[in-house]
Formats: sequence, C-alpha cells, structure tokens
Amino acid sequence: MKIKSERDFWSGLMFIAVGVGFAIGATNYSMGPACPPNDPCAANLWARMSQLSAHPGAGYFPLGLAILLAILGSFVLFKSLTIESEGGDPVGSFAWRPLIIIVAAITIFGLMLEPLGMALTVPVLIIITSLAGDEFRWKGVLISAFVLTIFSWLIFIYGLKLTIPLWPRFLG
Amino acid sequence: MDLLHNLGIGFGVAFTFQNLLYGFFGCLLGTLIGVLPGIGPVATIAMLLPSTYALDATPALIMLAGIYYGAQYGGSTTAILINVPGESSSVVTAIDGYQMARQGRAGAALATAALGSFFAGCVGTIVIAAFAPPLTELAFKFGPAEYFSLMVLGLIGAVVLASGSLLKAISMIILGLLLAQINTDVISGTARYSFDIPQLTDGIGFVVIAMGVFGFGEIISNLGQPAEHREVFTKEVKGLWPTMRDFHEAWPSVLRGTALGSILGVLPGGGALLSSFASYTVEKKLVRNPRVPFGKGAIQGVAGPESANNAGAQTSFIPMLTLGIPPNAVMALMVGAMTIKGIQPGPQVMTSNPQLFWGLIASMWVGNAMLVVLNLPLIGMWIKLLTVPYRFLFPAITLFCCIGVYSLSNSTFDVYLTAIFALVGYVFYKLSVEPAPLLLGFILGPMMEENLRRALLLSRGDWSTFVTRPLSSGLLIAAVLLIVIVTLPAIRKKREVAFSED
Repeated sequence: MKIKSERDFWSGLMFIAVGVGFAIGATNYSMGPACPPNDPCAANLWARMSQLSAHPGAGYFPLGLAILLAILGSFVLFKSLTIESEGGDPVGSFAWRPLIIIVAAITIFGLMLEPLGMALTVPVLIIITSLAGDEFRWKGVLISAFVLTIFSWLIFIYGLKLTIPLWPRFLG
Repeated sequence: MDLLHNLGIGFGVAFTFQNLLYGFFGCLLGTLIGVLPGIGPVATIAMLLPSTYALDATPALIMLAGIYYGAQYGGSTTAILINVPGESSSVVTAIDGYQMARQGRAGAALATAALGSFFAGCVGTIVIAAFAPPLTELAFKFGPAEYFSLMVLGLIGAVVLASGSLLKAISMIILGLLLAQINTDVISGTARYSFDIPQLTDGIGFVVIAMGVFGFGEIISNLGQPAEHREVFTKEVKGLWPTMRDFHEAWPSVLRGTALGSILGVLPGGGALLSSFASYTVEKKLVRNPRVPFGKGAIQGVAGPESANNAGAQTSFIPMLTLGIPPNAVMALMVGAMTIKGIQPGPQVMTSNPQLFWGLIASMWVGNAMLVVLNLPLIGMWIKLLTVPYRFLFPAITLFCCIGVYSLSNSTFDVYLTAIFALVGYVFYKLSVEPAPLLLGFILGPMMEENLRRALLLSRGDWSTFVTRPLSSGLLIAAVLLIVIVTLPAIRKKREVAFSED
C-alpha cells in the first residue's frame, strides 16, 4: 500500500496511538456502579448502558472519548492511504537543532531556577537558546543576557512581586 | 435606558485611574509583541498572562483585552511594512498594504488601518453592549442538555469555519477533551491518568499547553525555516494622513468591513481571521473599478479587512461573555484567565459581576482609542522594533514564557511539562494539524463533562434526552448541518479557495 499523504498518515497514527493509550488507561478506573441484583440491566445491555450513563464512573468519559479519537484517527489514516494529495504532502525534515536546543533550554531552566535562582538561570537560558539560531555572536548574546537578567528582575520580582528566587539557595 | 445605564457603570469602572493604566499597559505590551513578527495573539496573551497574576479580575481582564487588540494592531503594522503578517488575520492586509508601502504610501495604509479599526472597534463595542443582555437571558433558560449541545455546536462551528482539514480538526478537539480528563474525577475523587505524579492530579494548566504548543511550537518552527530577507520601509513613512481621495475610497469599505466583522465575530470559530478573509473577498467583488487594482495597493483592500478583523475581534467576546463558550483560541485563553481569577465564565457573570462585565466592555472602547494614539504618532518607535533581529527576540520570548509558566503556580514541574508540549507543538506543526481546536476542547472539557453528566443524571442515563428536548435537538441538528454543508463538494472547494487566497 502506498501512502498518499504523509502528514495525514502520521497524524492518523498519532490519533490512534493516543486514543488506544487513553482507552487502556481508562480500564484502570471504574466505569460506574455494578449492576444491582434483579435489575433489568443484568440481562439487557441497553439497560446496563443507561444505568452507567446516569452514574458514570471515573473511566466512563475518558474511555468514550478515547474510542472516538481512535475511530477518527483511523478515518484520517484511511484517507491518507486512499485519497491522492498534492506531491504526497511530505512531512519534511525536522529542525532537530532548534527543537532539541529549545526543549533542553526549557528543561534546564526548570532544573536550575529553584536551587540557583534567576540571577544565574536567566543568562544560562539566554546563552543556550541563542545557540538555536543561525548566528551566534558572543558579544551580542552576553549583552542581551545581561540586559534581560536585569529586566526580568525589574519586571517580575521588583515590579510584579512574583515569588521567584533571585540568588542561589546556598548563598541565602 | 438600560443600555446607557449599563454603559454608565462600565465607563465608571473603565475610567478609574488604575484601570486606564492597565488598559494602556495592555495595549502597549500587545502592540509591542504584536509588532514582533512570528508571534501570534495566542502566544502573546499566553506569554503576558503572568503580568496579570497579581491583579484583581477586572483590571486583569481589561489588560488582557488590551493585549489582544494591541497584538491585532501590531500585526497589521508588520503586515504593511515588511509583508510579514504578525498574525494570521492580517495576512490579507499584507497583500495590498505592503504594495502601498512599496509605493511610498505606507503612512496612508497605516492610518487607514488604524482609523478603520478604531471605527470598527467603536461599533463592535456597541454591538456587544446591545446584544449581550438578551443573549444572557436566553442562556439562563438552558438546562444541562441544551448547554452540552450548545458546546458541541460551538466546537463544531469553530472547526468548520476555520481553515484546514475538518477531520483532523475534530480529532484535535477530542484530543483536547481527553487531555482535560487528566485530573481528579469530581464525583468519585479518583485521580485519572496522573501516573502517581501529584502535580497531575490537579490537571494540566491551560497556560502550559498554550505556551508550549503556541509559543514554543512557533519559535521552533520559525527557527527551522531559512532566515528570510526583510525589507523595512522605514524612511518612506511620512505623510501619515490619507488624502481626501483615500478617505473617499476607504469609507464604504470600512462600513462594509465593520458590518461583516461584527456578524462573523459572533459565530463560533469566527473572530478576526475569518472576518478579514471574508471582507477581502467581498471588497474584491463589490469594488468594480478600483483606481488601483487589488493586489497592487488598493486602499479598499486595507480598509475593509482591517475594519473587519477588529470588529470581529470585538464581537467574538459576545459568546465568551454571555455563554462562557469561547469561539476561538484567544477567547479560550480569556476563559482560562477568568477561571484563574475565580470567575466561572457564563451567563451569571453579568449579574454577579456587573462591574467586571460592563467595565470590560467599556474598556474595549477606551482601548481602541488608546491604540489610535499609540499607533499613529508613535509609529516611528514601532518601526525601530521591526529592525530588531530575530536572534535577539527568540531567546527573550523563551525566557518570558519560562518565567510565566513557572510563576503560574511556582512549580518547576509545569516548566518540564511545557518542554514536552513544545515538542508536541512542533510535531503538530510538522503534521499540519491546527492546535487551536485542541485548546478549545481542552478549555471546554470540564464544562462539557459536567453538563453531560447532569443531563444524563436527569434523564436517568437516557442519551435520547439530547434529541428529544427541542432546543437541544435544534442545536445538535445545526451542528450536523454545518458538517454536512462543508463536506458538500461545491462548498468544500470554495472553502479551500477562500483560505488559500494570497
């Protein structure tokens, strides 16, 4: 079988995978109260459904939504294999460098902020993020790191009075 | 008269020194970020949310609203001057606006955009003030079943009118609804999908998703594209005032754009983007013999869409304020911001918080007036900003987003989660799935679940309640009709054309 639209193909797979994942997760939670003895719901699936719908458990809605998502995902997948699209609609190459650098920079920011404070974290974040661009010149980056550190302190800590640690924990 | 009385309350609130100040800050910040290319209003609002954390609900919302139309205006400035629309709704402005700038008429284009928008903003404000109360009354008649159906219609409408694949957009709504299921079940108290991580039992913050997917997703995709050469018409911007002939040509377009935008803004999925596209199409059809042809710098092509997008931006507040249902991603953020402030959006806001409600509406007019002042005389300053290279901008944006996410609840866990959503956002971008429906679904998720539950409890689990109650069934039929209509081959072709016009 030939993929007619690469983007739709992967989107479809993504929706199916997420749907299936959530559906499996939902089975850990209760669907609703058990069927009381001598109730019509024991024999009749329809009655059982109504009984659950009136008193849904924690897993009821996620399961329904997850199944719906998987179904929609399979439509997307089916479409990608049957309906011709312009030029195969390729996903194209990933911009690995900015992707990895930005995601890493955010994570490092999270790791550093509380133990080391904003005064150290901001310059590190600016320097790392700047690496994601096409051009990297130390002078410009250092100046902007300095300016932005002062600016962040001024706006967020001094001005808006947000509780963000400024100095490393071992100093204070 | 009630309308005047209510507006009186509103202006009383809006004209306090504090609120004027926050409104002004909002407009200023919004324009500032909006002028920077490559950051849309959703990312702008998400990024600037932390600046409102310390405020009360009313000034916070006034400021956020200011940020929104500031971003809107700023987007038009970049569209006209460097042919880079700051956000999608000024894509059409770029067509004729940029051509005008190249012919040395940047000043006239900017002034037309600003004045047209101001006029549209005034009309939009009156429309909101007039239509909000009756709609609110209607909303009070709704039971849970009607509310649920209304939300279904709202979500479907939002994706039907937006661009892109319908099937994928609906899938994204469901994905958003599913992400909203990561929380603690209200009835049973069971933590769902928390993987024993305590922070996840309260659910994912909407700021985390908005910032990750819209803010960082945009940055990464911008960086992934080759740097483009930007030509800035800095010296040519003189003679701001349009000529008499410009006025004469532009005013009918402004009126048409305003009317169109006011109507389309109220529709789910409407708002600024749809309004500006529709207006451009209408102008091209109606203006038979333009002095300057469309696409070559016709002033009508700036005046119409710019008025329309501002009117649409204003009136899209109507469903949000009266029904608590956001018609687009920006309004979804506003709903989230209200919830953070402890206000449950919906029809009760008007009666329980009249100060906030009318104050916000009045501040819209004030904000629009401020924007004209900010934009026309200070245009030189904004032009300078355009020349700031992107390599200085994106680290700063990253920083503000990080600090914003952290300060949401002083939690580094939120920062890590944002990193994950940044990756997810980039994947969405590569797969060309629109993230806006996901945000809508995510914000509406808890409300939908609650109303669905209540409706089913009342009907003893009988799902047919949604189709047997006349109002509810009417709303659902409308939703189905919408889907059917857009999937008709003839309409589908038109829809594709309408959104690929450039």
